[in-house]
Amino acid sequence: MNNSGKSKKRRVLAVASGGGHWVQMLRLRPAFLNSEVHFATVDAAAAADVAPAPLYTFRDANRDTKVRLILSTLKIAAIILKVRPHVIVSTGAAPGYLAIRMGKLLGARTMFIDSIANANELSLSAHMVKRHADRLVTQWPSVAEKSGAVFRGSVL
Amino acid sequence: MIFVTVGTQLPFDRLLQAMDDWAEINPDHHVIAQTGVSNLQTSRIETRPFVNASEFKTLVKQADVLVAHAGMGSILTAVELGKPVIIMPRRAGLGEHRNDHQLATAERLGHLENLQVVENARELPMALRKALNAKSFAAMSEMISDGHRRLVGEVRNFIADPAWASATEDLELAA
Repeated sequence: MNNSGKSKKRRVLAVASGGGHWVQMLRLRPAFLNSEVHFATVDAAAAADVAPAPLYTFRDANRDTKVRLILSTLKIAAIILKVRPHVIVSTGAAPGYLAIRMGKLLGARTMFIDSIANANELSLSAHMVKRHADRLVTQWPSVAEKSGAVFRGSVL
Repeated sequence: MIFVTVGTQLPFDRLLQAMDDWAEINPDHHVIAQTGVSNLQTSRIETRPFVNASEFKTLVKQADVLVAHAGMGSILTAVELGKPVIIMPRRAGLGEHRNDHQLATAERLGHLENLQVVENARELPMALRKALNAKSFAAMSEMISDGHRRLVGEVRNFIADPAWASATEDLELAA
């Protein structure tokens, strides 16, 4: 039902944890040129990297920090409800999994790109998101062969 | 200046101690270290537990050499800015990470021109000597490899795919 001729830009929520996950997301910025992109990460200073695109922050968390994980989940839910993205793209890690699970509930299309750090096997977040993401991408051909994720190049 | 970074998730005192020992016999070099949670006691290295993303980038820019754990943020930033980088992978067997994926990263990316991998403190001084004498490398921030172009295209096509409008979008278009 997208042939109505409307040229409205798709709204994209780009979600990444800090450190390498965020740096990899920044290397994908050219992919967002024709969309209305909103970013979400853990570090408010990252706003300078993506301005004028809006940036939302959530507390960093992983499976070893249960309470923070719950707080992060709530914050990410609030961000998704505010942005109402058509598409969610994540470069990991656990917060990307959470965003994709919640985004699916609201009808978003979702893509999870596993970090280039995972050269031998998918990350735990990628394994967990596999059944839920519309597309799961690995940055290593050998990982694609054995994991069911697709290989379509890398950030390097 | 030499910038040392170990990320924020887990301690990595093996690398910090190795740099502190190096700094003792090379007092002419200014060493700044982002230490995370650490028990290191030092007066030779300027330490900061955490730095934000923009401070991180500034420090890498200012550094002659980056010394880091094998985290992708460190490696990609060094590649983008054309800095020599020495990485020491964290080892799960020493309690430095949950698994050995940093060893895999180091092995797979060891071919990068500006990157040296060291396994332990003993290998660090020679790598530093080499890196400090290195000519500058081309910054990759403006360059885009075939693989990079392909991944960007994949993401762009996924977003734009006309055959696959999201449910939210259908509702908006119908309204």
